[in-house]
Amino acid sequence: MIRLSGITRTFYMGKQTIHALDHIDLDIQNGEYLAIMGPSGSGKSTLLNVIGLLDRPDNGQYKLDGKLVSDLSEAEQAQIRREKIGFVFQSFHLIPRLSAAENIELPLILSGIKPNERKIRVKEALNAFDLLDRAAHKPAELSGGQRQRVAIARAMIMHPTAILADEPTGNLDQQMGKEVLALLEQLHQTGTTLIIVTHDRELGNRAHRKLVLRDGKITADKTHDIN
Amino acid sequence: MTLTDTFRLSLRTVISYRLRSILIILAMSLGVAAVITLTALGDGARRFVINQFSSIGTNLLVVLPGRSETSGAFPGAVLGQTPRDLTLKDSRLLARLPQVKRYAPLNVGEAELSAANRLREVTVLGSNADLIPIRHMKLAQGSFLAHGSTNSAQIVLGAKLAQEFFPLKQAIGQRVRLGENRFLVTGILAPQGESMGFNTDEIVIIPVEQAQSLFNTTSLFRILVETKTHDAIEPAKRAILEIMKQNRDDEEDITVITQDAILATFDRILHALTLAVAGIAAISLIVAGTLVMNVMLVAVNQRTAEIGLLKAIGARAEDIRLLFFAEATWLSITGATLGFLVGHIGSFLFRQAFSQLPAWTPVWASIAGILVALITGILACILPAKKAAQLNAVHALSKK
Ligand SMILES: Nc1ncnc2c1ncn2[C@@H]1O[C@H](COP(=O)(O)OP(=O)(O)O)[C@@H](O)[C@H]1O
Ligand SMILES: [Mg+2]
Repeated sequence: MIRLSGITRTFYMGKQTIHALDHIDLDIQNGEYLAIMGPSGSGKSTLLNVIGLLDRPDNGQYKLDGKLVSDLSEAEQAQIRREKIGFVFQSFHLIPRLSAAENIELPLILSGIKPNERKIRVKEALNAFDLLDRAAHKPAELSGGQRQRVAIARAMIMHPTAILADEPTGNLDQQMGKEVLALLEQLHQTGTTLIIVTHDRELGNRAHRKLVLRDGKITADKTHDIN
Repeated sequence: MTLTDTFRLSLRTVISYRLRSILIILAMSLGVAAVITLTALGDGARRFVINQFSSIGTNLLVVLPGRSETSGAFPGAVLGQTPRDLTLKDSRLLARLPQVKRYAPLNVGEAELSAANRLREVTVLGSNADLIPIRHMKLAQGSFLAHGSTNSAQIVLGAKLAQEFFPLKQAIGQRVRLGENRFLVTGILAPQGESMGFNTDEIVIIPVEQAQSLFNTTSLFRILVETKTHDAIEPAKRAILEIMKQNRDDEEDITVITQDAILATFDRILHALTLAVAGIAAISLIVAGTLVMNVMLVAVNQRTAEIGLLKAIGARAEDIRLLFFAEATWLSITGATLGFLVGHIGSFLFRQAFSQLPAWTPVWASIAGILVALITGILACILPAKKAAQLNAVHALSKK
């Protein structure tokens, strides 16, 4: 589980001080489906980046599965990102010179997994995300929805405990957005923690727990019944 | 990430940024090719000179009249006299030395050669029978002072002279006139062409006593000495100086030059020249290195978002650093290999064009050219790779 206590992240822009995260206390259980909402600039991405160990808080403690991770070395944090966290971005962030299959394969390569096993796992993922016929295509040859499917396949190929998605549907039309969200929710069904940043109220309402941020503070934290 | 995967991934990058990669590889390969071809030329010149020297004899010592040391005054000069002559008597002393295999006294002059209504000025060498083997000359026909006859009026003609004077007749057995004296042609030199600025095809050789009377002198131009072995050269030099000194009123007024010493000097000079040329060519590799550095810095900028992504999916700073090093290694290895090939093709073409010039690249230059290319290529990557590895992932990801 994720436990943030007293997390602050402050940016200095000239004379201006921006409290992107202002003493955040937050617990997220494994397997939760959480939406982070709030106006633009309220600190949603910063919170997600801190949870994903991409950004270091200035103050406070972050425990992941009972282990204090905020003070770990760069390489140790990289290992946690590799093994426990999958990122999905608004702008997909696929590597343009690599094919869909190779983009999905990247986390396996970074983990030093053998080529034979990589091949099998990539094949499974392509199959699961309905991308088999697009395996050899470069990102430029894929539609937006397909690109985001590749990105999600890449995020889950290591079977992370948590998927962190920062406005994953922001660059997609409504239909594709719905499909992508359905995929993410499927992953959540298999037990993965799903944290989605969005300012689409409808999407946010689908989550079991909804967090609202404003000026770096949590102003609402509502849990629906899961029926 | 395994090293294999690092190199595989970076190879993909090298291939997909095609134009950029080709430019770097070209710059690298030009530098390496320059090192390889230019050192081949330098070393070719060195070998050329050495070949020329050894073509005039091996284990060779030359005894000259007069003292030519920088320290100590020239005894004759102090007294206002010319140095004491070297004579045939001196040359006979040398035969007694155990290190000496054979020797040839030498007189050189010009005289008019006439026969069969022809007349021309020729260079005359006066010597003994051993001159021919000592100087690595060969007789095409006949003999010179065979069977111990040391002072008969025999003459050996250079190949071209024999052809000129007796185009239709057998030259051997003909009589010719050299200056006022008559000689019997007993031998003809094999054509050898020019070596060390001396064309043996247009000389004549006569016995040294005959030459001395022809030129009306008792002195020798020099004495050529061949030692029995290479190791005997230095002892022979000392022994010659000693025996001459004893025989010349304890006065050391001759000079002994060893062919080795001359060769060593040329060898040193030309080797230094080759090194200098290699150094200059290597500078072009440093230039290529700076090019690699700049291109890689641009690459880090271009690929910022990608580096951020790699970090987000779990790449360590170390992985990113290695990816950039691997990329530079690919570029450098390809450039060095291509340059190696182009350089050797260049040397080959030089050898084809100038058959006299053995333009082979020394092994050290091939190795040094490749190593310098690899090292500069990889050094050039330190800064860009460090920059990439230290990128802030959040910043990098937000860049488009
Ligand atoms: N690298 C940065 N430098 C300066 N200010 C930043 C930086 N990153 C974020 N901020 C500021 O922090 C606040 C929160 O940003 P962010 O977490 O991206 O908001 P959100 O994702 O909710 O729109 C914003 O005011 C933003 O301008
Ligand atoms: Mg944001």
